[in-house]
Amino acid sequence: MSPLLNHDVFRAIRQWFDPTDVDEVGTAPDYRFSLANERTFLAWLRTGLALIGGGLAVAAFVPPQRWPHVREVITISLLLLGAAVALRAVDHWARCERAMRLGRPLPRSRFPAVLALVIGAGAVALLVVVLVSGLRT
Amino acid sequence: MSTGDPQPAGLQAERTRLSWRRTTLAATTVALLAAAAAIVDRPTPHGVAAAALIALAWLAILVIAQRRIDALGRGVTATLGRWPAVLAMLVTAYAVLSAVLII
Repeated sequence: MSPLLNHDVFRAIRQWFDPTDVDEVGTAPDYRFSLANERTFLAWLRTGLALIGGGLAVAAFVPPQRWPHVREVITISLLLLGAAVALRAVDHWARCERAMRLGRPLPRSRFPAVLALVIGAGAVALLVVVLVSGLRT
Repeated sequence: MSTGDPQPAGLQAERTRLSWRRTTLAATTVALLAAAAAIVDRPTPHGVAAAALIALAWLAILVIAQRRIDALGRGVTATLGRWPAVLAMLVTAYAVLSAVLII
């Protein structure tokens, strides 16, 4: 095993794909909690899909802007954000499942707050772009 | 609301099945947007290839979701195993292929 594969990130990715780890540690919680965790995972996945869909919609339907590459930057940002949300969703799902099986507190996460700030900042930046290009024409 | 009253088990499975259904609808919408983006300008070979791969990813998401919906309908509440990881990879593939498609 190379040192790289022992790194936390790669260990986490291995755990996502290794069902025995999540399924055999500790004891099974009330399955209703597992189903709630499943629904939360799916809700995050839909959030990621919505961001990707938003990126595609910008690429397809927004006319080219006065400033070069503004459209492309918005599109790629939304696509990256969507992928990040999907990957973080599976990580959080697995960590919650583990915590429930071990009777530990659920993992706390700054991700929702960070995502909200990033989307808010992006919206304000877009507003500025739209207003400035509106004033110039 | 009554307190301490556990929700009926069937309701939980039903809510989870509907959640899977909504997820397939979201995946379908994004796949259609990808198809629209692929043909909106003059189609490029790599754009069409990316759209075709997104269609494959969409099909995989549909199959995984349908199997889970069927299992929940039969009252199976087994753990998800590696399927969440596979789904997240498929959604990531959506994002990567979409980037290829618009470039």
